[in-house]
Amino acid sequence: MTQINRIAGGQIDRKSALKFTFDGKSYTGHDGDTLASALLANGVRLMGRSFKYHRPRGPLTAGSEEPNALVELRTGARQEPNTRATTAELFDGLTARSQNRIGSLKFDLMAINDRFSNFLTAGFYYKTFMWPAAFWEKIYEPIIRNAAGLGSLSKQDDPDIYDKGFLHCDLLVIGSGPSGLMAALTAGRAGSDVIIADEDFLLGGRLNSETHSVNDQSGADWVAATVAELASLPNVRIMPRTTILGAFDHGIFGALERTADHVAVPAAGKPRQVLWRIYTKHSILAAGATERPIAFDNNDRPGIMMASALRTYANRFGVTADRRVAVFTNNDDGHRTAADLHAKGVKIAAVVDVRPDAPRSLDYEVIQGEVINTKGRIGLTFADVRLADGSTRTLECGAMGVSGGWNPNVHLTSHHRGRPDWRDDIAAFVPAAELPQGMVVAGAAMGDFSTAGALRSGAQAAKSALGIKGRLPKMPQAEDAPVALKPFWYVDGTTRGWLDQQNDVTVKDVKLSHQEGFRSVEHLKRYTTLGMATDQGKTSNMGGLAIMAELTGKTIPETGTTIFRPPYTPVAMGALAGRSVGMEFHPTRLTPSHRFAEERGAVFVETGNWMRAQWFPIEGETHWRESVDREVIATRNSVGVCDVTTLGKVDVQGPDAAAFLNKVYCNGFAKLAVGKVRYGVMLREDGIAMDDGTAARLAEDHFVVTTTTANALPVYRHMEFVHQCLFPDMDVQMISTTEAWAQYAVAGPNSRKLLEKIVDQDISNDAFPFMACANITVCGGLRARLFRISFSGELAYEIAVPSQYGDAMIRKIMEAGAEFDVTPYGTEALGVMRIEKGHAVANELNGTTTAQNLGMGRMVSKKKDSIGSTLSERVGLNGTDDLRLVGIKPVNPADPAPAGGHLMNATGPVDATHDQGYVTSSAYSPSLGHQVALGFVKSGNNRYGEKMRLVSPLTNVEVDVEIVSAHFIDPEGERLRA
Amino acid sequence: MIIDHPLLGPRDAAEFTYLGDASLIDRPDWQSDTAAQDFYEYGYLRDNPAGWHQELWFHEGGDRSWLVVTRNTLTHEIKSVELARDVARQRGRSK
Amino acid sequence: MHDLKPTTALGGAKPRVDTIGALTITENIGVALASVAARLNGEKKTAQVLKKLLGDVPGPGRAQLHDPEAGFWMGPNQWMIGAPMVTHELLADQLKDSLGDAASVTEQSGGWVVFDVVGPNMIDAMERICPAPIRRMVAGDAQRTTIHHLSCFVIRRDADDHVRVIGPRASAGSLHHALAGAAHSVA
Repeated sequence: MTQINRIAGGQIDRKSALKFTFDGKSYTGHDGDTLASALLANGVRLMGRSFKYHRPRGPLTAGSEEPNALVELRTGARQEPNTRATTAELFDGLTARSQNRIGSLKFDLMAINDRFSNFLTAGFYYKTFMWPAAFWEKIYEPIIRNAAGLGSLSKQDDPDIYDKGFLHCDLLVIGSGPSGLMAALTAGRAGSDVIIADEDFLLGGRLNSETHSVNDQSGADWVAATVAELASLPNVRIMPRTTILGAFDHGIFGALERTADHVAVPAAGKPRQVLWRIYTKHSILAAGATERPIAFDNNDRPGIMMASALRTYANRFGVTADRRVAVFTNNDDGHRTAADLHAKGVKIAAVVDVRPDAPRSLDYEVIQGEVINTKGRIGLTFADVRLADGSTRTLECGAMGVSGGWNPNVHLTSHHRGRPDWRDDIAAFVPAAELPQGMVVAGAAMGDFSTAGALRSGAQAAKSALGIKGRLPKMPQAEDAPVALKPFWYVDGTTRGWLDQQNDVTVKDVKLSHQEGFRSVEHLKRYTTLGMATDQGKTSNMGGLAIMAELTGKTIPETGTTIFRPPYTPVAMGALAGRSVGMEFHPTRLTPSHRFAEERGAVFVETGNWMRAQWFPIEGETHWRESVDREVIATRNSVGVCDVTTLGKVDVQGPDAAAFLNKVYCNGFAKLAVGKVRYGVMLREDGIAMDDGTAARLAEDHFVVTTTTANALPVYRHMEFVHQCLFPDMDVQMISTTEAWAQYAVAGPNSRKLLEKIVDQDISNDAFPFMACANITVCGGLRARLFRISFSGELAYEIAVPSQYGDAMIRKIMEAGAEFDVTPYGTEALGVMRIEKGHAVANELNGTTTAQNLGMGRMVSKKKDSIGSTLSERVGLNGTDDLRLVGIKPVNPADPAPAGGHLMNATGPVDATHDQGYVTSSAYSPSLGHQVALGFVKSGNNRYGEKMRLVSPLTNVEVDVEIVSAHFIDPEGERLRA
Repeated sequence: MIIDHPLLGPRDAAEFTYLGDASLIDRPDWQSDTAAQDFYEYGYLRDNPAGWHQELWFHEGGDRSWLVVTRNTLTHEIKSVELARDVARQRGRSK
Repeated sequence: MHDLKPTTALGGAKPRVDTIGALTITENIGVALASVAARLNGEKKTAQVLKKLLGDVPGPGRAQLHDPEAGFWMGPNQWMIGAPMVTHELLADQLKDSLGDAASVTEQSGGWVVFDVVGPNMIDAMERICPAPIRRMVAGDAQRTTIHHLSCFVIRRDADDHVRVIGPRASAGSLHHALAGAAHSVA
């Protein structure tokens, strides 16, 4: 098809021929076109179906405020729903489809909804689908979701990259129309760091859409010259295709730059979009204004558009929506559309103006009257006009420009709750004094609608924002027409006149809302869904508000406004996620033995950000239990090695280091001898256990504290809090060294023999007894640390070397341990052995348990002050039937004892009232040949030997168990002292 | 939000971790006769002002300073930012 | 002498070098690190020792770019000192010997990965990952900031096109991935 509605002029490259398809049909457009302008050029007005009634719709606007022309772009994984055809930049090969239709766009089967519109009015969902309640989820909602809706998702992973970036400037100029350009120029010439951003791919704002000249240049030429000067300034960054989405606290703005939406596929490695976080001291909102419609019956037919949009299509794109166009206006601005189109040879059916004193024209007819209805099933064909004398007349036209005046784009000024002020002279809201910090508003966004006014106010805004001294530079000459308008919101007698075309809200719906008592604007919005679509009611809110004001007998400012919220236009989730997707969702932490573990075929588990070896399968093992059982047995019989680098390490130094640890641990550390390690429990101030670990005293003024893997950061933060906020004069210094040292647990009866081959010093039981620690050297001189501590319950050590030697160290341990069949073990075996030994971990320190619950109540020193010591003595935490940590074993060794199950008395009811406790950890013990579990039972320390039932009603488990000591293995601790 | 760090200047709030009311600095004396009640109030009773609020923020992604930030909970305006250690000393805390 | 061979933070025997477009990302394994925190009443002596060592004591947000020892401010009364690994593997011990009881010294060499990012579009790349005002920072500016959720030090070096990123060693791979991704974005 040829471009039958392409007319002269415009900023398009007519030499280019971009092929694209819409609903499978091929068309051609030009560089500089949007999808909407190219479709209109090809005579396509119908671009979609409405949300609820499936009415045929075409574009209403030529910009991002578009409620109607939402389409699906691209195919396959890049399929993107709900894109505005009015902003989608045309490129060669673009594939677009209409959406929200069943069948073809012209014969949408769901258009039947329109016939039943009486049943689908405001509040329809609330009223109709209330009963029976169960029907909602299963029947009503799926049907409604299918019928009322938007585009569809590809359901494939997005193949594109999205970046997040950070920019800093002195001044952010939002919008590049005359006021924005003038502001950027003024600030840029003064040497400030300026960013000027515009959502459009072509800078210049309305100057591209009007025929006004600036000085003796065309608007577009002045824009080009100004942009060229800005581009030459190193302190100015020009960002087209960049939407400022939101104004956040203290001069932070979110901006979405569409770096590759205008090409079929982004270049390899390049992002499709960049979400920028812009930090600026000052901002100038020069976002322009949005023209608002007038409501009349059937005002939503394809071809009926904003008058300014028709001008944009004609002047910027060289396109007319039809060869015969009417205009309906309440202000002088609407007449420009007729004049501009007439000048380009488009037939003007008539200009219908509601005012008696409308300007006349020699070129076309101007009628005083109102459009009361339209015809045309899938596009405008005729418009009925009621004349001032009450008679009616029918105009033949394929397009109509409607102008109800302009609304300043105040959106970003209300992101901090700012409410706009009403101005009677322009019948519109403008930003009030209460603005986001550092913001100044200029141009049409402030109600300065003339070109000269915008230029002047842009320059003034830059001066006042940045405190630039001196007089304003000489302003370019430009039109300075005053606003001439009669407020007029809807034609009397209108019922099915659309206010919100995206959510299908009519004048009748607003009246119904009022009738049913929803009269505040916030209620009106929620009851009718007016302004709740993805366009946030940019073209519809004012109309609804004005009608509600009229119905309630209040003025518009008394009626009030709803609040615009970020984002200004919709944002793809991919852009918000940035690069934090898939494996890069969060950073990964690798232990120093990672490569060694990979070589051994380890199965890894994510613990926090760490990747830890879970077990090391060997040839012939088909089930993880086989590997884990083998690792446990090998460790308990000879020696095993496990990477424990992930435990948090905090280096604590200073003369008051011991006194400080006395504060953060509930047990005493002041008297710990140099060269010794002690187990410690940290409480929260409320007496609940926070974390446990060890502190090793390497010198009088030097401790190394370990924390659990997950709590490394919170514990460090807590320790800094205790120091800086509670005991600021303690002479203690802390720094995290978690990653600085590679640390390995070497456990099992042969661990000493193994380490004796590596460690340069004497580590006999006498020289280096249980709970000893020291700075040592290994392998003939490498600095290292050795701790004789045991998590497994075996004779065991932890040896630490600087991380860069961690890989060499594990290999050295394996080499030295070959004669003992040293076995690397993972977190599962580690877990099995600690359960067998009755050591608590996060399962037990679960944020509800006290030292008392954990069986460590006596550890809480009463002779000193420590965090949590006072509140741990509260009556409520010290009842006689408190939970106590116990061991649990199944009576029948073949039975499971699953974690998460609850414990009930041997007889009696099974319910929450009779709950005796719960199981926190469970594992199969290869050493004992049955499951072992840890858990909490009321007065558990007095119930050893008692039979109970372990139940899990959700998983149909009921097992007879026996309560035992938590120390299943070596309760006297002989092994670890050997 | 931007927190104007007394040593490092304006920094994005994303670098910080929030704790809560700066009254947490005023930890009671454990040896007082009313220690149990004092700690209960310290631990559990907080004002929740609609307006100015002194609160503790930790510069976790920065210099690891605890800060006392005086912030308006209605407008997010920040009036002052001090090192918590200095505030603690002013309030008589020592060892 | 021991026979244990160090590995780089990225896990190799040799440092990794990637050139992406005009940007080169080099894993720098030649930096020994140790932190110094002045003790109460040791501030004066610590400052004297650091001044002698570095030429000056860097204040908040600053680094003292100096050879062979250099240093940057980490927090109140706390600095990170760096020096060539070949001559200063025992940097922490050396510092402790000079500082005595005036300061607490902690070995940090194994805790970090050091990347040197060099190229004419270094700033464009860093803007894609780093909230610090990289374009406004000058030689010797050192900020701790967050790159891909990782707490890193970013130091502007003498050359305009050179920034040093010091990040947590265990996440060297993730940090490298982030740097490389940004380099591709602006290549």
